[in-house]
Amino acid sequence: MTQEQATSSRRPIRWHIGVFLAPAVLVYSTFMIFPLFGTLQLSLFTTSEQQTYFVGLDNFRTLFGDPRWSGAFWNALVNNLWFFVIHMLVQNPIGILLAAVLSNPKLRMRGFYRSAIFVPTIMSFVIVGFAWKLILSPLWGIAPDMLKAVGLKFLFAPYLGKEEYALTTLALISVWQYVGIPMMLIYAALLSIPQEVIEAGEVEGVTGFSAFWKIKLPLILPAIGIISILTFVGNFNAFDLVYAAQGALAGPNYATDILGTFLYRTFFGFQMQLGDPNMGSAVAMIMFLIILTGVCIYLFGIQMRMTRYQL
Amino acid sequence: MKRVRHTLPNVLLAHGALAAYTVVALFPIFIIIINSFKTRKAIFRDPLALPNPENFSLVGFETVFRQGDFFLYMQNSLIVTVASLFFILLFGAMAGFALAEYRFKGNTLMALYLAIGIMIPIRLGTISILEIMVASNLVNTLTALVLVYVAQGLPLAIFILSEFMRQVSDDLKNAGRIDGLSEYRIFFVLVLPLVRPALATVAVFNMIPIWNDLWFPLILAPGEETKTLTLGSQVFIGQFVTDWNAVLSALSMAMFPVLVLYLIFSKQLIRGITSGAVK
Repeated sequence: MTQEQATSSRRPIRWHIGVFLAPAVLVYSTFMIFPLFGTLQLSLFTTSEQQTYFVGLDNFRTLFGDPRWSGAFWNALVNNLWFFVIHMLVQNPIGILLAAVLSNPKLRMRGFYRSAIFVPTIMSFVIVGFAWKLILSPLWGIAPDMLKAVGLKFLFAPYLGKEEYALTTLALISVWQYVGIPMMLIYAALLSIPQEVIEAGEVEGVTGFSAFWKIKLPLILPAIGIISILTFVGNFNAFDLVYAAQGALAGPNYATDILGTFLYRTFFGFQMQLGDPNMGSAVAMIMFLIILTGVCIYLFGIQMRMTRYQL
Repeated sequence: MKRVRHTLPNVLLAHGALAAYTVVALFPIFIIIINSFKTRKAIFRDPLALPNPENFSLVGFETVFRQGDFFLYMQNSLIVTVASLFFILLFGAMAGFALAEYRFKGNTLMALYLAIGIMIPIRLGTISILEIMVASNLVNTLTALVLVYVAQGLPLAIFILSEFMRQVSDDLKNAGRIDGLSEYRIFFVLVLPLVRPALATVAVFNMIPIWNDLWFPLILAPGEETKTLTLGSQVFIGQFVTDWNAVLSALSMAMFPVLVLYLIFSKQLIRGITSGAVK
C-alpha cells in the first residue's frame, strides 16, 4: 500500500474514495439490490380492489398448495429440474470431451474448431429458437429428409410439438447452443496444467486415456465445479429460449414451462389469466432461494473442499 | 520430450471428432443463410442446395426492408450496448480502483457487497425494477435498459478490474503523487491506460449478453420506438410466419451484426475466457 495511507489515522477525509465508489454503488444498489428486497417485500402482500394487504407467507402457501396454482408451479419446477439434468448430463460431458481433444498441443486448426464450435453461443435465443423450429418442422422437412437419407426416417416426430419430447428437445437445443462455454473453460483449465505433471505421468506409463482420467480430470475438477454452478444459475433463470421457440404459454400444453416462463405469465398475465405482481414476486423469490441454495452449496460445500487439490 | 499419444490414427480421430462437431454447430446457421437467398419454391423443394443462378432470389430481404424497422431496431441495440458498456467500464474501473488502491474502513465489506451480483441474476428483481421505472417515467426508454444493464454488468467488471489494478506498480502511482497529480489524474492518466486489456475483456464479456437480451427489452421497453434488434426480430419473424422467404431473411439479418462483432472481437473473447478461467 502507499505511504500516504500508512502515515496516520488523523488525515482529512479522503473524498475521492467516495467519488470513485459512488456511481457504481448507486446504480448497483438502485437497480439490483434494492429491487431484490423490493420483490421480497411485494411477495408478502396481496392486492384486492386497489388495496394492499400484508398477508405474510400466504402467497407462498397458495403457490405450493392451492390447486389453481400449485399444479402449474410444480410442473414448472420439475421441468426446470429436468432441463438442468440434461445440461449436466449432456452439455458438460460433451464440453469436457471437446476440450480434451482440443487441448492436444500438436493438433492443427485448433483455433478454427474452437471458434466454430463457439459460434452458436453468441447467437440470440430468438434466432436459435426459430432456426431449430424451422429445421425440426415437419412442414419444411429438412430433419425428415435428412433422417430418410440415412435410413432412419421412422425416428422423425414433431419433436417440438409433442408433449413427451418438447422439453427434452428444447433442452438439447440449449445444450447445442451453450456447449462452447464448458468447452472453453475446461480447455483453459487443461492448458494451465503444468507440462511436468503430464510428463511425470508418461514416465510412469500413464498415457492416453488413462492420463486424462487419472491425472488431468482431478486437476480440472475446480473448473468443472464452476461450470456446474454457472449451468445451475443459468438454467434456473432461463426464459428466452422457451419464450422464443414456444411462446409465453410454453406449449404444447405447458410441457415446456419452466420457472422463467411461469414467472413471466404470473406477473404479466396471459390470455385467460390476469397478471399478479404479488404472486409474480413470490415466484421470483422461490427462484431466488433455489439459486441462492445452489450457490451456497457450491461455495461452502464444493469449492472449499476442492481448493485442496489445486496445485 | 516423450509424446506417446500423437500417432496418426489418434490425430485423425481427433480431427474427425472436432470436424463432426463443427458441422453440428454450424449446420443450422448455414441452412438459414443459404435458404434466405433462394426462391420460395427452391426453399421447399431442395432446402439443402446452395443458392445458384437458377434459384437465387432476394425477395425475402426486400419484404423485410419494406415492412420492418430493421435499421431502427439495430440502431437501438447499438445505442443500448455502447452506452451500457461505456458506463460499466467507467463506473466499474472507478470502483475497482477505489477497492484496489485505498485501505479504508469497510473495504472488504464493500467488495463483498458488490460481488453478490456476480452470482445472483438481476432478473429476479424485475418486478421491482419495473415499478421503479414506472415511477420515474423511464418505461419505454433506452435509458431504462442502459441502467439495468449497467447494474447487471458492474459486479463482475469491478471484480475483474480491481484484480488487475492491484498489479499496477505502486512506484508509478507514488511518482505521480510526488509530482503533485491528484488522485483523479492518477486514475485516469496513469492507471486506466495500463489496464486496457482488462477493460477490453470486460467489454467483450458484457457485449454479447446485452446485445442478445430478450427479457428486459420485452418488459421495460417493448414500444415500437425502443425495440432492440433481438426483441424486434422476435416480433418481426412472428409477422411473417407464413412468408418463408421473409422469415429466413429476417433471421439471417439478425445474425449478421453479432457474427461481425464476433469476428472482430473473437480473439479478445477467447483470451478473456481462457485467462479468466484459470483463477
